[in-house]
Amino acid sequence: MFDWQFAALLLSNGILIGLMYSLIALGFVLVYKATDAINFAQGEFVMIAGFVVAVAITAYGAPLWLAVLVGLAGMIGFGFGLERVMLRKLIGRPVIAVVMATIGLAAILRGFGPMVWGAGTKSLALPIPEEPIILGPLFIPPIQLLGAAVSLLFLAAFSWFFLRSRRGIAMRAVADNQQVAMAMGIDVERYFGLAWAMTGIVSALGGIVWGNLLGVDVQLSLVGLKVFPVVILGGLDSIPGAIVGGLIVGIVENMAAGYIDPYVGGGTKDFAPYVLMIIALMVRPYGIFGKAIIERI
Amino acid sequence: MIHRESGLLKTSYQADMALYPLPIARWAVAAIAALAFLVVPLLLSDYYLSILNLVSVAIVGALGLNILVGYTGQVSIGHGAFMSVGAYTAANLATRLDAPFWISLPIGGLMAAAVGAVVGIPSLRIKGLYLAIATLAGQLIIEWTINHVTWISGGVQASIEVPRPRLFGMVISTQRQMYFFLLVFVVLAIVGVMNLMRTRVGRAFIAIRDQDIAAEIIGINIFRYKLLAFAISSFYAGVTGVLYTYYLGIANYEQFQITTSIDYLAMIIIGGLGSVLGSVLGAIFVTMLPIFLRITMETFGGLFFSSGAMLNIIPNLRLIVFGLLIIVFLVVEPEGLNRLWRNIRSYFRVWPFAY
Repeated sequence: MFDWQFAALLLSNGILIGLMYSLIALGFVLVYKATDAINFAQGEFVMIAGFVVAVAITAYGAPLWLAVLVGLAGMIGFGFGLERVMLRKLIGRPVIAVVMATIGLAAILRGFGPMVWGAGTKSLALPIPEEPIILGPLFIPPIQLLGAAVSLLFLAAFSWFFLRSRRGIAMRAVADNQQVAMAMGIDVERYFGLAWAMTGIVSALGGIVWGNLLGVDVQLSLVGLKVFPVVILGGLDSIPGAIVGGLIVGIVENMAAGYIDPYVGGGTKDFAPYVLMIIALMVRPYGIFGKAIIERI
Repeated sequence: MIHRESGLLKTSYQADMALYPLPIARWAVAAIAALAFLVVPLLLSDYYLSILNLVSVAIVGALGLNILVGYTGQVSIGHGAFMSVGAYTAANLATRLDAPFWISLPIGGLMAAAVGAVVGIPSLRIKGLYLAIATLAGQLIIEWTINHVTWISGGVQASIEVPRPRLFGMVISTQRQMYFFLLVFVVLAIVGVMNLMRTRVGRAFIAIRDQDIAAEIIGINIFRYKLLAFAISSFYAGVTGVLYTYYLGIANYEQFQITTSIDYLAMIIIGGLGSVLGSVLGAIFVTMLPIFLRITMETFGGLFFSSGAMLNIIPNLRLIVFGLLIIVFLVVEPEGLNRLWRNIRSYFRVWPFAY
């Protein structure tokens, strides 16, 4: 007998968690879209943002709004600075160089956070109720609802930004062809910095909602590992793709955890998205919404 | 290597491809071999030999990864997992069938080569970043499989104890015996890579790295050679896993996680992509770095920090320095230690003149 209530519970949970993955994947997509750089440190961005906000609240007693502002400002500055110091020097270098540089950055951040602010798990309290909202068979934790809402809000905001605003159009031009964009008078390097700063904003918000859900410590950066299946499924350079990919990954991993875990003894949650991703790579290497790359010699 | 030549006077391709460019090169190699086989094991104590043993294992792995990343231009973040495939294959053979190391070692390598070739299949359609992510998926899937299938991992904490390797009835158990045992494989690995790159296969690898579409047009079967590169590279990785397992006496998946894959990538980046000497230097550098940092911090760190704080600082400082080194080398000296060494050599080639 198929248990519909259980399935509905897994599905709703998957959708909400999936949208929260999308929020982090959005940061990854923004950078890739504008600068062609792959950020293997996305999870660590989220972790550092979580650390900053949590420490501002617990150690310095800052009110929540101030802590969030500090987190946002810090991550924006970090994004700009990072582009200036590190990534600008790697423009035009092979893929492996950028991949390794961001892996190195990830190592630095993973060492820096616990070294400066202590290795213990910090709680990041938000003024929202803890008890899940009960809707018929569904249990919906408010923090997941908040995360999903933030994620959708940013999807709308970035879609507007890229389609309508002057800067967004300039950024698309930069992504499309750097040389032509430069010839049209667009300051390419400034838009690279802007893209990293936007990733900083998304990561800061991701750090707040995920930090509330999981607690802030080094383990928080593991959320970044989920970004890859999300962006591969959706397409690396597509904002709607990040949302759709997030939904797919969230639903699949919850379904897998609910139905397969009892037989194999756990851990399917981290495993199923990657199997799905391998299949996607074989069938549609550039994702559902991604742009196929045509190569010329 | 460390000799000075009085100008480059090569007139044929044979001379250019020769392993020993000058007669004196033979003496240089012989001197290094004598140093490694006779002087070092006599002079150093067990502690230092144990560090050198770790370096030896790392050299084999770094050479293997360099075949794939440095010479063929295909990124892999899955080498830690390929090592674990070799390690668990050998451990299972050794415990279940009582296989001696000279059987379990090549079979472990071949098993890793087969798995590596399967993971490399997507490289036909995708490249660069997508391939990096696909191999990352390979790493996570292999890790999960080994951890969850008790038939492979042997139950308790996914670790299998293996007996010490035996050779001619002698058990290799002390650090000094292990040093000789591992050094033989280091020599084999170095000679293997140097010769591989002088063959048709090696030239095909390099052609694919430099421009894969052009390589295909001049008649190189890209799919075959990419898979071959994955297989050879994973064979090295599998052998590394087996050697490490015999060295530790236990096969444990925790030794072969993503961080291991990243450590090996860091070795070849810091050492120099597509260079044998670079792999060796990078392996030495990355293996020694945490030991060096720990000793430095234990000596001088007490002046600034309390001993409780040090416990938190040392492992995190290692991560920070490690990451910084990767970035600094990528930005400042993309060709790594190998290039620095060449710069020093070309300076002394004309010394005391400027050019």
